[in-house]
Amino acid sequence: MFNLGGYGPIILSGTLTTIELSILSLIVSFLIGLLGASAKLSRSRIAVGIATIYTTIIRAVPDLVLMLLLFYSLQIWLNDLTDALGLDQFNLDPFTSGVITLGFIYGAYFTETFRGAFMSVPRGQMEAARSFGMRRFYAFRRILFPQMMRFALPGLANNWQVILKATALVSIIGLSDIIKATQDAGKATFNGFFFSVLAAVVYLVLTTASNGVLMLLQKRYSVGVRRAAS
Amino acid sequence: MIDIIQQYWRPLLYTDGYTMTGVAMTLWLLVISCLIGFCLAVPLAIARNAKNPFIRGPVWTYVFVFTGTPLYVQLLIIYTGIYSLSIVQHTSFLNSFFKQGIDCTLLAFALNTGAYTTQIFAGAMRDMAFGEIEAARAIGMSRFTLYRRIIIPSSLRRALPLYSNEVILMLHSTTLAFTATVPDILKVANDANSATYEPFWSFGIAAVLYACISFTLIFLFRRAEHRFLAFLRR
Repeated sequence: MFNLGGYGPIILSGTLTTIELSILSLIVSFLIGLLGASAKLSRSRIAVGIATIYTTIIRAVPDLVLMLLLFYSLQIWLNDLTDALGLDQFNLDPFTSGVITLGFIYGAYFTETFRGAFMSVPRGQMEAARSFGMRRFYAFRRILFPQMMRFALPGLANNWQVILKATALVSIIGLSDIIKATQDAGKATFNGFFFSVLAAVVYLVLTTASNGVLMLLQKRYSVGVRRAAS
Repeated sequence: MIDIIQQYWRPLLYTDGYTMTGVAMTLWLLVISCLIGFCLAVPLAIARNAKNPFIRGPVWTYVFVFTGTPLYVQLLIIYTGIYSLSIVQHTSFLNSFFKQGIDCTLLAFALNTGAYTTQIFAGAMRDMAFGEIEAARAIGMSRFTLYRRIIIPSSLRRALPLYSNEVILMLHSTTLAFTATVPDILKVANDANSATYEPFWSFGIAAVLYACISFTLIFLFRRAEHRFLAFLRR
């Protein structure tokens, strides 16, 4: 039953690809989220407008549609650009496009998470930091960000789980991730059921393990918060 | 763009001349899977909060497995995985069921949304104000009446905002159906892309259609929340 038919190494490297892809997409979408949240909370009407259009459109359109749209269009736009500049053709591989599209899509969800979290931090905290003479960025890093993270963590945990599960879609645009590896193995050994279940088990292990890490983080960022019950 | 619309508007909206396609197919997938998922979720949510671990445990496992793995993997297991088992191929009923892409898709979608909905409803039932249950008991309601008249209506109402979110996410998930050769909006858009090599417009039109469906659903749920959660309005 547990005979991988020589596909063990490929499945292992597929799993690593999946993990890399989700971590890189997480970083990209985290940064876009911070940027988007600051745009949404800024005083500039244009920034608020752009950020609102971005989050509304992205969250209304399915991720797979956006992924196919961006994957095929990015390459064409890139070709036009390199043609116009007289450079050699530059090919986007599925991994890079996967990171770009997943980051771009989930950045919208992070924007909403961070916006809510920033608004949950009492205004007096920032005022106090500024009146101490802290620079804007310094106050953000030392005062606003650590407190904001506590409010953002539940939403962040949720987004991370969604990103992890969304990486499965990137195999549709041809990335050799865990899905591709197990499907190939299944086709070659005529044991598709076993290998598909194996892929599911890998994902289950990943989501469960990351839940544990997130619980630890939650503890870390809740230092100094007393619970009413215990 | 205009020629894609001229050539593909009919399959994008309702039919390619043979079967139901496009928006009609997407909505059909969404409605059927959400209906089955809802019917699964209400009893399972009650079982999830049971005191007996032999009732609670299996439901917990079901929710854990189906919310912990991607829907695409579940679809692959059901569509290609189960059909590769010889026992399924040699049982005529199972064979005819799992051969159809749409059957497998609906099964996978219903089980998936059922798991998420169970989680939502079970949470809402746990958060019931205990005074309401106490009051119902004090009046002398039986357990069944308590559930039918107090717990289920009240918790379903309060679960509405989260449930609307789940329905929108399910709409986004129906795009996976095209990997099982079900002709939904994305499948038609994909065909248009391979015929015209205009990915931006082919998928862009699909994106606009999906966005329209999303906004309509959000509007309908807002109305429903306004009506059913009127007692929470300030």
